[in-house]
Amino acid sequence: MRKSSLFFVYLFIQTLVLGGLFAHAAYRQKTDEGFLQEKVNLVHRLGLTDLCLFTEASYTRHPSLADFHTAFQNSPMALEHFPSGSIMTPPQATKKMYDKVD
Amino acid sequence: MTKWIERHRNILDFTLASLLRRKRKNAALVSVYTLIVFLLASVLLFTYALREEASILLQQAPEMIVQKLVAGRQEPIPVAYIEQIKAVRGVSSVKPRLWGYYYDPIVGANYTLLVAEDPLINPGSIVVGEGVSRLRFVSPSDSLEFRTFQGATIELEIKKVFSSEFGVVSSDLILISADDFRRVFGTSEEYATDLAVNVRNPKELPTIALKVAELLPDTRQILREELLRTYDAIFNWRGGILLAILFGGVLAFIIFAWDKASGLSVEEKKEIGILKAIGWETSDIIRMKFWEGLVVSLSSFLMGLVLAYVHVFFTSFMLFEPVLKGWAVLYPEFKITPFIDGAQVASLFFLTVVPYAVATIIPSWRAAVVDPDSVMR
Amino acid sequence: MIELKDIRKVFNSGKPNEFAAVQGISLSIEAGKATVLKGPSGSGKTTLLSLIGCMARPTSGRIVLFDREITSLPERFLTEIRRKTFGFIFQQFNLIRGITALENAMLPAYPLGEKFSSIKKRGLHLFELFNISQKAHSKAEWLSGGEAQRVTIVRALMNNPSIIIADEPTAHLDTKLSLEFMDILEKLKEDGKTLLLASHDPLVYESKVVDRVVNVRDGRIEGAEE
Repeated sequence: MRKSSLFFVYLFIQTLVLGGLFAHAAYRQKTDEGFLQEKVNLVHRLGLTDLCLFTEASYTRHPSLADFHTAFQNSPMALEHFPSGSIMTPPQATKKMYDKVD
Repeated sequence: MTKWIERHRNILDFTLASLLRRKRKNAALVSVYTLIVFLLASVLLFTYALREEASILLQQAPEMIVQKLVAGRQEPIPVAYIEQIKAVRGVSSVKPRLWGYYYDPIVGANYTLLVAEDPLINPGSIVVGEGVSRLRFVSPSDSLEFRTFQGATIELEIKKVFSSEFGVVSSDLILISADDFRRVFGTSEEYATDLAVNVRNPKELPTIALKVAELLPDTRQILREELLRTYDAIFNWRGGILLAILFGGVLAFIIFAWDKASGLSVEEKKEIGILKAIGWETSDIIRMKFWEGLVVSLSSFLMGLVLAYVHVFFTSFMLFEPVLKGWAVLYPEFKITPFIDGAQVASLFFLTVVPYAVATIIPSWRAAVVDPDSVMR
Repeated sequence: MIELKDIRKVFNSGKPNEFAAVQGISLSIEAGKATVLKGPSGSGKTTLLSLIGCMARPTSGRIVLFDREITSLPERFLTEIRRKTFGFIFQQFNLIRGITALENAMLPAYPLGEKFSSIKKRGLHLFELFNISQKAHSKAEWLSGGEAQRVTIVRALMNNPSIIIADEPTAHLDTKLSLEFMDILEKLKEDGKTLLLASHDPLVYESKVVDRVVNVRDGRIEGAEE
């Protein structure tokens, strides 16, 4: 077979596979709806504020509730203790306070 | 029209034959290229899906959390504050939350103990997340011991284990009764960990938060919107590891493009001369170079993307597990729903395919316009 | 059918190494005949060939091809004409390494948008005609001198041109292969092709196939012979 035909066949197969994967994604999104809803209910019932992603420290487990100084623990210049800290950014809440600062 | 197609196909045939001449070099090129796309796409797919899930799940988080801060750190909040907050106009409910961390020395893991209202939870019984059950090899009707603040040990019976489908919110959770919580941690009944506030009109939330701040100056208010933004920013591109991957990826692309852009070899120039001498136009040479770039980049992109999808959604992002797990002992099983951001995939396409195709064409320009008779001299 | 009127070609114009390869040549090439440009190296015959073959433009003068002036045509049209009218056989063979003999021969037809299968068929037919079918799928670098020469001839014939231009075609061939080459030229002439060669090899210009010899020296013509 011609080389260009082979190439196009390859592209076509890859695109088909990709299309199949995207279809899989759409399918999973539909079937997972039930689980998602249950998870939402659980969050609501238990009043959860964070996902359970990194269980190394309090401020990696509950980043949205982290103290102002937690990330620095021993001193402001203390280096990051946990690998997950290099993935997450400082939580929004530590950047904002509702008290009026005059 | 067919002529146009045939011409491109013919030129593509020659391009492929030409690429096959240096099988090993080009195979290595495609492999590395695919690897880069694979890494970038894996990270993109995973972080987006996770962020989407977070934004859906946390829509039902408490609208406002009130924490007491002492010397910059969170401290137990007086239950008496509840009445004061309830008095603020617009507040519909204030509930105390009792939760804390328990370190399990047997496996070295941190659990989150949370007091919850549940028919299964009475003094003496608990509900645990799948991570806990996995680590301690326990299932319903087994018991877990806890060391109390006084040094004693209590045993609590597991009534239920959350299925792994809920791992992303509950993997390390232990739902416990208020009595048992106090037995373990010794917290007084006059204090809670923090307070969960719900309001009647969500639009008034910032105003209400301000009022609470004025009312109780030693507290901090965290709004649901901020919760969501935290998770939106999670895996932020500025984040260290992502930056390293991205930087590595960009660097690799630059190296490829440089290799192409630093001009053609003498042999390549001679071949272009021959092609021109036998009747190829400048535009035909450009077409050939375009196909050369496209063949490599398009194959690599598609392959890398397919592999990335399989990696993220079928093997749960297996290769990055050490990075995500870090030093944690308890790591949830990630069964993420595949939410895909078409825009990100499209931009990945443009970032990877287009520059390489362009980098292949540009340096060929000079060689392509050479006079056909140069090969005769 | 080809007329050159007072052609001059100057290289590196204006620079210290300025040099006139062709200095005022007027020439008429007859259709269907074999013409040889004879002369030592540096005489300008290669330049003349490239000018006639639409590969380069003269610095001054006019070239008329089939009653059509081509001197001032834009590159695209020139390339069109060159592709359809001329087939080139180079001194250095100039086959592309790493691809097969057949692929090499088919190259001139690629950009013309013809169906791949018909190009291939024509190529294989020509390979058979020249007795090199068994080498059709060999890589170009594995061909012997004579085989490579014949592949370049097939390549030159691929677009069915009416004029074949060959620059020192026997330079890398032994006597036997040179004579075989002249036989091939005879066959091409019988097919109605016009042949234009540049050579300083007596085997070529003294061959009975050749109808006319033009002496070229220092960029000028020194009289014509039959």
